[in-house]
Amino acid sequence: MSELQREVSELEKKSATAARLFDIRRIIGGLFTLYGVIVTIAGINPSDADLKKAEGVNINLWTGLGMLALGLFFLVWLWLRPLAPPAPEDDAAGPEGV
Amino acid sequence: MQSLAEGLRLPTNGLDYTILAIYFVVVLGIGFAARASVKTSLDFFLSGRSLPAWVTGLAFVAANLGATEILGMAATGAQYGVAVVHWYWIGAIPAMVFLGLVMMPFYYRSKVRSVPEFLLQRFDASAHLLSSALFAFAAILIAGVNLYALSIVVEALLGWPQWVAIVVAGLFVLAYITVGGLSSAIYNEVLQFFVILAALIPLVVLGLKRVGGWGALSDDLEAAHGHNYLTAWGGTGIGQGNPLGANWLTIILGLGFVLSFGYWTTNFAEVQRALSAKNLSAAQRTPLIAAFPKMFIVFLVMIPGLVAAALVPKIGTPGSDLTYNDAIPYLMQELLPNGVLGIAVTGLLAAFMAGMAANVSSFNTVFTYDIWSKYVKKGQPDAYYLRFGRVITAIGVLASIGTAFIASSFSNIMGYLQTLFSFFNVPMFVVFVIGMFWKRASMKSGVWGLLAGTTAAMVNYFWIYKQGVVSIPTDQGANFVSAIVGFAAGAIVMVVVTLFTAPKPEAELAGLVYGTVSPGLEEPPAEGDGAWYRRPALLGWGAVVLAALCYLPYSL
Repeated sequence: MSELQREVSELEKKSATAARLFDIRRIIGGLFTLYGVIVTIAGINPSDADLKKAEGVNINLWTGLGMLALGLFFLVWLWLRPLAPPAPEDDAAGPEGV
Repeated sequence: MQSLAEGLRLPTNGLDYTILAIYFVVVLGIGFAARASVKTSLDFFLSGRSLPAWVTGLAFVAANLGATEILGMAATGAQYGVAVVHWYWIGAIPAMVFLGLVMMPFYYRSKVRSVPEFLLQRFDASAHLLSSALFAFAAILIAGVNLYALSIVVEALLGWPQWVAIVVAGLFVLAYITVGGLSSAIYNEVLQFFVILAALIPLVVLGLKRVGGWGALSDDLEAAHGHNYLTAWGGTGIGQGNPLGANWLTIILGLGFVLSFGYWTTNFAEVQRALSAKNLSAAQRTPLIAAFPKMFIVFLVMIPGLVAAALVPKIGTPGSDLTYNDAIPYLMQELLPNGVLGIAVTGLLAAFMAGMAANVSSFNTVFTYDIWSKYVKKGQPDAYYLRFGRVITAIGVLASIGTAFIASSFSNIMGYLQTLFSFFNVPMFVVFVIGMFWKRASMKSGVWGLLAGTTAAMVNYFWIYKQGVVSIPTDQGANFVSAIVGFAAGAIVMVVVTLFTAPKPEAELAGLVYGTVSPGLEEPPAEGDGAWYRRPALLGWGAVVLAALCYLPYSL
């Protein structure tokens, strides 16, 4: 092993590693659920001007529902396969699929 | 980019600004949440080599999907038509697959922390210092140009003065990168990826509806621009004329081989994402997972470009106040009601900031690991380099803010510098590929290959093309040809220099060159990585085949 490889392996062991401490799925899920709700509400009662602008499509409603679905997908994924809690003595890679 | 049209002001309201404000809060929140995970310099610069493949893969796409790319590729679509697909299907996918299947094992297993560091291991300090210094300089320049481009768009769309936009966006990036490091940059890129999709998909749907669907759109454009505008390869026979100014050979070799391989496989702002993956399998899958969204994103930028070309037939000509770059902002203004409009504005701003953050977070790594810790202050404890990394990140952001202000008064110089730097990328790929596959390539051949390739590409572009020694129809076409020339010159010089100089001792090449193994570094495959859908070869070849199939409807 070269000098560099030793140094990096050493650091890897000490690493706190982002993936074990917080999970991006919660943030994507949360933000898109919130955006989905806001945009869907904006689309529940569209003004005629908005509808006319968007070629008669209630684009806020559809986009909002789409974003809501994506947000919930991430939250459900997180719920079904949560990250293993960080084990201090365990250097192995995180659990599958996350 | 310099002349975004007047009159593109968007009718934003409180709802849109709420959406934008929420995004800014979340961005900062990610920065502070990531802070807790930064214990060593490796955490700060490479996320501790711990991230799952889907995260690094989406970040890999998003780091490239900056707003200059989105607006620029829609502009290319409006100008040249369907030919814009070349930048994706031949100009990205093969290189991404090559990175994942062929090069990543060398990068990841050797444990290098940056692309220049590989050159140090494989060649010598001169090649290393040259590429580190050039990369650091170019990264700041590009970050500054991104920031400047953001300020123009924000001024046109939202009416903020340019300096406000530069300072606000710069400080947000400063905050979240300095605090949270690469994890913060990568997590924001993943988020940005989804926001951009949420912005572009409604735009494409409504745009197509406005022009009466794809059939009506293509009839319309065929009548206005001729049949070749709607094909990928029409008019690219050698000797035939086409607006791109390139034939099939220069497209395949220049764009598809040299330029694209140089960018995707050796640009550290991209490769860094893969190096932060948690194991070799995840690192290999990073560019391969990225290849699939990349392949289809072209539709989300090309269609708005084509729709704009159909709605504003004069777009980009002196008679119109809309330039090609205005295609997406114009459609946003025309089609999106408040709400979705806020998402679209957020998506654009997010893309600009992520583009800048990607450059800053690769700059700080190269500056700390490759320049400072190797040539200035060696052998300090890790905590020192972590602290230094935070300081240099802040300095890097401030330097980009400065560059953005310079760009706003000397935009021509910036364009010129960017062209200049694009030529340093060309020989990188030849040096890497020869270094990885030819054991004998000598220590000194690296730096000479880099210099010769760069010089040849520049001579070809600035002298042979610009002075009219050989006639090439467009800058674009000349760019492709220069890349090919630079590649060939770099390869020849490397071979010649190798014949006269000493090879690297065999023992030091272990794990860096094809056919060698580094003892003690074989990691057992992680549980579940053997699943068929995680096999790199399947993902990679699947992407190549799918990209080739994508060409079919536009080639017949």
